Amino acid sequence: MKRTIRLAAAAVAAILAAGGAAAQNLTMAVGAPVTSLDPHFHQLSPNNAAAQMIFSRLVGTDAQSRMVPDLAESWRAVEPTVWEFRLRRGVRFHNGSDFTAEDVAFTIERVPNVPNSPSSFAGFVRPISRIEVVDSHTLRLHTRSPYPLLPLDLSNIYILDRETHANPQTELFNNGTLAIGTGPFRLIRHAMGDRLELERNDSYYGEAPAFARVNYRMITNDSARTAALLAGDVDVIDQVPTADLARLRRDPRIQLAEVTGLRLIFIGLDHMRDGPSPFITDHEGRPLERNPLKDLRVRQALSIAIDREALTSRVMEGSATPAGQFLPPGVFSHVPDLPPPPFDPDRARRLLAEAGYPNGFRITLHGPNDRYPNDARLIQAIGQMWTRIGVRTAVEAQTWTTFIARAGRQEFSSFLIGWGSNPDGSHPLRNIIACFNRDRGWGNSNRGRYCNEEIDRGLIAAMSELDEAARERQLQDLQRRAFQDVAIIPIHIQTNIWASRRGFVVEPRTDEQTVAQSVRPAAMR
Amino acid sequence: MALYLLRRVMQSVFVLVAMSILVFIGVFAVGDPVEILISPDADQEEKERAIRALGLDLPLWQQYFVFLERALQGDLGRSFVFNEPAIQLILQRMPATLELAFGSMVIAVLIGLPLGLYAGLKPDSPVSKTIMAGSILGFSLPTFWVGLMLIMVFAVQLGWLPSTGRGETVEVLGVGWSFLTANGLSHMLMPAFNLALFKISLVIRLTRAGVRETMLMDYVKFARAKGLSPARVTFVHIFKNILIPVVTVLGLELGGTIAFSVVTETIFAWPGMGKLIIDSINVLDRPVMVAYLMMIVVMFVLINLIVDIIYTLLDPRVRLEAKPA
Amino acid sequence: MSTTTAAPAPRVETPFRRFVAEFAASKVAVAAFFVFVLIALVAIFAPWIAPQNPYDLAVLDIMDGRLEPGSVGGSGIVHWLGTDDQGRDMLSGIIYGLRISLLVGVGSAVIAAIVGAVLGMLAAYAGGRTDSIIMRIVDLQLSFPAILAALMILAFLGKGILNVVIAIVVVEWAYYARTVRGSALVERNREYMEAARCLALPSHIILFRHLLPNCLPPLIVIGTMQIARAIALEATLSFLGLGVPITEPSLGLLIANGFEYMLSGKYWISFYPGIALLITIIAINLMGDQMRDVLNPRLKK
Repeated sequence: MKRTIRLAAAAVAAILAAGGAAAQNLTMAVGAPVTSLDPHFHQLSPNNAAAQMIFSRLVGTDAQSRMVPDLAESWRAVEPTVWEFRLRRGVRFHNGSDFTAEDVAFTIERVPNVPNSPSSFAGFVRPISRIEVVDSHTLRLHTRSPYPLLPLDLSNIYILDRETHANPQTELFNNGTLAIGTGPFRLIRHAMGDRLELERNDSYYGEAPAFARVNYRMITNDSARTAALLAGDVDVIDQVPTADLARLRRDPRIQLAEVTGLRLIFIGLDHMRDGPSPFITDHEGRPLERNPLKDLRVRQALSIAIDREALTSRVMEGSATPAGQFLPPGVFSHVPDLPPPPFDPDRARRLLAEAGYPNGFRITLHGPNDRYPNDARLIQAIGQMWTRIGVRTAVEAQTWTTFIARAGRQEFSSFLIGWGSNPDGSHPLRNIIACFNRDRGWGNSNRGRYCNEEIDRGLIAAMSELDEAARERQLQDLQRRAFQDVAIIPIHIQTNIWASRRGFVVEPRTDEQTVAQSVRPAAMR
Repeated sequence: MALYLLRRVMQSVFVLVAMSILVFIGVFAVGDPVEILISPDADQEEKERAIRALGLDLPLWQQYFVFLERALQGDLGRSFVFNEPAIQLILQRMPATLELAFGSMVIAVLIGLPLGLYAGLKPDSPVSKTIMAGSILGFSLPTFWVGLMLIMVFAVQLGWLPSTGRGETVEVLGVGWSFLTANGLSHMLMPAFNLALFKISLVIRLTRAGVRETMLMDYVKFARAKGLSPARVTFVHIFKNILIPVVTVLGLELGGTIAFSVVTETIFAWPGMGKLIIDSINVLDRPVMVAYLMMIVVMFVLINLIVDIIYTLLDPRVRLEAKPA
Repeated sequence: MSTTTAAPAPRVETPFRRFVAEFAASKVAVAAFFVFVLIALVAIFAPWIAPQNPYDLAVLDIMDGRLEPGSVGGSGIVHWLGTDDQGRDMLSGIIYGLRISLLVGVGSAVIAAIVGAVLGMLAAYAGGRTDSIIMRIVDLQLSFPAILAALMILAFLGKGILNVVIAIVVVEWAYYARTVRGSALVERNREYMEAARCLALPSHIILFRHLLPNCLPPLIVIGTMQIARAIALEATLSFLGLGVPITEPSLGLLIANGFEYMLSGKYWISFYPGIALLITIIAINLMGDQMRDVLNPRLKK
């Protein structure tokens, strides 16, 4: 007890003393646990965030997900199939080892060969056919065919040191032995699934982090995370639950940092079956002979039956923007003339009648209940809206583990899911819209099996177009076509939200990553 | 006794094998780990590579035998997500859960036994009725609800206790323990109480029921008639008798507590086994799920064994060496 | 409470009448009984009592979402207890939710009690190999963490009220079996059992007429607690995203759903279902307590 009082007194003294002293330490709580500090073991958002604090990449991304120089000072395609990277000089790893082009070559060779990796980074380096080390700080990467996306792909690859990481076992990264990079923070301690303890890397080449010590905690329960912030146990939290937004906005001790992200919530539709679709019946419960979702008018009707404004204001409490496409304004290949489909239930009913369903039909809308903010609430609300145009909707929410396995087997007729895009239209187009095709490696998350060969052909062209302006036009055109055909029903783009105590300012990132270098002390009077 | 023990051990081994099969099938039934673990933009080639890397390309029975073969050598497999031996991951988290579970047992006994005794000895007093009504709250309120309420009241509103996490630990025998530091204890109080809530009610009810029954037993009546002091009657004669059901049930509950700490650990961000297992279920980390369940099974089998032995010692009326069939 | 000074029984005394008379000796228990009957009636006649059918998505409107108690919704209904995030009338939600919670709680407890009691008595009475086999299955069952077992069963069977009942029965029956066996083991060696065996009464008579009544008191203690536990387990499963379908919420799911809004001051979404759950469980337990006292042969003189 005495101790507590003494601690409290010390804390008060610390706060009363020059603000700078109190701002030396930062405690933040994230909702998704970091599972590995090996930056090439498991492609997972929280792991990438942890890597971003300890390691660095050739090409970095800023808070708006724009590519910025990091370990590479500049890059350009010297030939259609050769990218040249000029590397930053004088960079040292945390253990003092020098950073050179050899380390990049070593890293690129290691990436596809991480044992037991459940989700490898190999895809990002696969286009590379040859690595040419020109000199200690110049590197040429040869690709099989012209590949404009290489710098963006490399913004996912964290650079290791050839000497330090000669025996790169994942376990050694996790226990801290090999968690040695060129990033703004050094690792002090990693308590798996609990917290990362970090300290500022004073020899960091970039902008110096604001805090000397960082306690990066993992609190998975949403309410508990908010409570920890309100109780003053942590300074910053991410993934703020929308239900708490109203309260936090009112609280003078708290401030929020928000930005429209890159994750689209949409409804996938069964395009695969021409005959009966498993969860569509007439009003008596008999399967329909034809799959109504194959009719464009039905898809349009379902899309404009949704009141997106109501969803964002009522269900999401303002933390989303109604969307008509994958990417928000300001991001490369956003389509300016593709607004969210306007809410028009009368026209929806007319379209259904024209398509031969004047009385509608029955459908089940599936969705996860533990994946996206308010996912189970969204499908119920959309169910209400579809039911109002005569499409009587049953709603089934499942845990993500069950849901995703079934969605992957094409078991559903309609399902709510999300997609976090890279800031380039080709990424969602390749994975969500393109035909499921093993050889091209496309359509990987195309769980409704939409397929339009014209779009695919256009995409092949865009994927080798090195002129950025021309490529953007092509990608915009392809997206326009996909959404006019209602390949999927877009709902909204999520807002990424961080909350912090007064005195701490978070720069919100569109890529949803929570990193300590985004936090700064508020300007002191 | 030795023969009895041997028989019980052999039965236990059989239970273990049966459970390992059940667990394996059960874990297999829940979803597809590759779909969960792999990046959504990974292509088919990449997916197939991951399936092979995780050993999921074999048919189920082959996977089971691979597992069994390694298990006999003490290797329960490697976590898909952490790429570390599952057993090591679990053992790392075990002290946190154990101290929480024992803490909750202590709280349950310290609060439950006196209250139950009082309610049993003075069944008609208003205080006893209040105790009994209160005990109903203990097992009717969902754990997650109480847990979050505790945080709201004691951490957010009053600011008396830290909201989540484990606090400072002290290394003893190579593992960190929270209960040895004041800071750690303050972190432990709320989750331990949260976990104890159900058991407090249980102990109150069992004690009260036991007291009420034994009070009417001939030997207690006799003891009272003999003029023994009420305290002696209570603590020697009654106490000994009610300990049997309390020991049995708490023994069962200890295992249940360790297994059930899932919810409490999630809410209080307590880095124990329960949190590990719920995280593992969420990403379908099968080796960890299997290893965890097998450990729980082993623990339960042991606890049951011990409880049975204590039972025999405490109540000679129970003859566990049943007649040969 | 047990001041039953041998109530004068003028008429023929059947065991049932005696039970009723002794049960009625506690005013609290009688009150609890009537509250329970009222709750049961409300649950049974939900469609006629509730102002709204909370399961029909067509009558819900998210524009009515999270209205305060006493507000009037777009459809003209007065929401006395407010609405939840989907615009579901909380009063109707609670009335329908009671139905599901009772079904899950009582249904699973009764089925589990029957299964567990029969197996537990059999184990104690038969002894030997039968006992070993049954008790090892019990160990097997008890060794499986309830939540994990329920989770796997539900992942296997899919969501649904019946599936939740099945999952809870599978998880809970072993508690009864173990408890019943424990008391039956003690009872087995008592004089009256010896006597019954000496009279060469058939096994089922010994089991159900002599052994069962003496094993009932602990069974009822456990049973009433398990109803509460089953309801709470269902709520926890809902909290973890399993349990009953979201469009047919039980009280537990209503609480879990509404809890997220507590911080924002929208207490009614979680608070009122909680009160309903509490009253239900307290009524069941008070009844159970009195029944145990009445049924316990050893508490009688």
